[in-house]
Amino acid sequence: MEAGAESGRDKNPGGSAEALPEARSQGRMVLRKFLRHKLAMGSVVVLALIVLASIVLPLFYPHSYADASFSSYVEPSVEHPLGTTQVGKDMMAQVLRGTQFSLLIAITVALLTTIVGVVLGALAGYLRGFADSAISRLTDLFLIVPSIAAAAIMVRVLSGSWYVVALVLAMFAWMPIARITRAEAMSLSQREFIEAARASGAGTGRVVFKHLVPNMVGTITVNATLAVAQAVLAEAALSFIGLGVQIPDTSLGLVISENYEQMQGRPWLFFGAFTVLVLISLTINFIGDGLRDAFDPRQRGVKA
Amino acid sequence: MIPGGARTRSKSLNLVVYILRRLAISIPILFVGSFLVFCMVAAAGDPLGELRTQPGVSQESIDQLSHQLGLDKGIVPRYFDWLGGFLTGDWGISIAQGSNMQPVFPKIMSAFEVTIQLILAAEIIALLLGVAVGVLAAVKQYTPIDYIATTMAFIFFSMPIFCVAIVLKMYGIDLNVMINDLGWDSWLGNPFLKTTSPESLSGDGFFDSFITYIGGLLLPTLSIMFISFAAYSRFQRSSMLETMNMDYVRTAQAKGISQGRVIMRHAFRNALIPVTTLFSVNFVTVVTGAIITERVFAWNGMGSVLVEAVNKNDPNTLMGWIVVIAIAVVVANLIADLVYGILDPRIRVG
Repeated sequence: MEAGAESGRDKNPGGSAEALPEARSQGRMVLRKFLRHKLAMGSVVVLALIVLASIVLPLFYPHSYADASFSSYVEPSVEHPLGTTQVGKDMMAQVLRGTQFSLLIAITVALLTTIVGVVLGALAGYLRGFADSAISRLTDLFLIVPSIAAAAIMVRVLSGSWYVVALVLAMFAWMPIARITRAEAMSLSQREFIEAARASGAGTGRVVFKHLVPNMVGTITVNATLAVAQAVLAEAALSFIGLGVQIPDTSLGLVISENYEQMQGRPWLFFGAFTVLVLISLTINFIGDGLRDAFDPRQRGVKA
Repeated sequence: MIPGGARTRSKSLNLVVYILRRLAISIPILFVGSFLVFCMVAAAGDPLGELRTQPGVSQESIDQLSHQLGLDKGIVPRYFDWLGGFLTGDWGISIAQGSNMQPVFPKIMSAFEVTIQLILAAEIIALLLGVAVGVLAAVKQYTPIDYIATTMAFIFFSMPIFCVAIVLKMYGIDLNVMINDLGWDSWLGNPFLKTTSPESLSGDGFFDSFITYIGGLLLPTLSIMFISFAAYSRFQRSSMLETMNMDYVRTAQAKGISQGRVIMRHAFRNALIPVTTLFSVNFVTVVTGAIITERVFAWNGMGSVLVEAVNKNDPNTLMGWIVVIAIAVVVANLIADLVYGILDPRIRVG
């Protein structure tokens, strides 16, 4: 809501931006604020390291995730930093591969939910009337169906490949973004620049996607970021109860689910995947918070 | 203007009208939703598929069972058969292998009771604690108390619930060993903290029952509580900070009202309003959390019913499960709306 206050002038080409000598573009200002946010920047570094490690390390790591030729339950050593599992697989390789898949699924889910949510929300908020009630009822419908059960049934029917899990999770996660976007689109639709666009003959598609959506970039970025964190946790939960990703694909949730029974005697089999999972979710939440502060013109970091 | 008596009557009437109107919106959604879910469950495959491949099961008995389940009919009449049964308390039978054609209704109800028990205890503690910590953190903004509360909330908010449950289970087992070493097991019971489903939650006499109850529920309740608590305290803190900056709070302070009174009477009540919204939004998350926590602690609640029903492709159980949770979500939203109306007199219920 507040992000629109200063972004409104973005659509005034050649207007106030040139008249004021020290005016910076909104993007530059947001970036500056974000770069100063220590916690968010630290999180960016940690997350980048995790992403990099999950992509690069497997190339150099001596053991394959599929290699089950080691002895069962080897304790952590230089050879096996996180020990081996019951069937004799190297745990470190499992965690690295699980991280890859968890991130892949989460990013896919976040992209899909953001696209669907923003399109539906913006259309509902701008068009009002029948389109709004239809989209709102659809949102209500999806909110009422317990997503974990619906997702579990669909995954079971369609197979537990990573992209199926991502698609199904996205199908039941777009509603919050749609609601937020709708509310913002409603208030922005009342503003002069939207009226001007409409008066100059722009059609619905042009008004919504060229004028409305670019002015909601703050809200969309923040919520897309937080959607990644939520997707990481949602996927992990589904896979943990055995109804999500299935072998040969994997995920951190599945890795934890397969090994957590050993936590009493062999905590390393649990804490490796656990630490990575929590770090991913924590850093993304911090980044989302930093982005929210950066986009907030009031500069107050108090929003939950 | 309006005489007191007439006003109260119209108010309570308004409330009834409001509830009825909300139900009038929710019931069609439940209806459409249950039909779509019914189609999805029906498309999930032949529930008798496993039976067909089994040797020694004659074609006639399969056909008979298929007819009994209405599988030989189209999807629409089948849905209305199911709906009619559902509304009269006959939710069909569980056809999964090994469940002996058990009726679905009692199975789901007893599981739901287990889960709702966990959720209620956890949510009440989480709300009270979350709101208290959130207010404290806001009032003492930028002090160590605020930093500790905010950091804790952030960490728990980012934690997958099963990880919290697993860690608690691990420490629970350690703690039980410690209790036994200290010899306290004679009055706390052995094991005191149940890390698997407790057989019964009653004991002899009040104290014994109390100990058994606490020991049985503590770990799973705490797991669910932590996640909810994180969300509530974060939300309460920001909403409290926002209200504390409002003009009417500054006016109250300027009038010389004591700080405690300003916080409790002027700011707190209004800062509660956004948290009510969170309660309804959060409800599905909490149910999901409870399902996963039950798996870790091997409770026989909605979680194990769901996993079994999905794995065995048991349509009646799945339908019952989904519709019960959907109704619970509607009820939770209604409660949140009513509380919203009580807290904020500007929102006229009705």
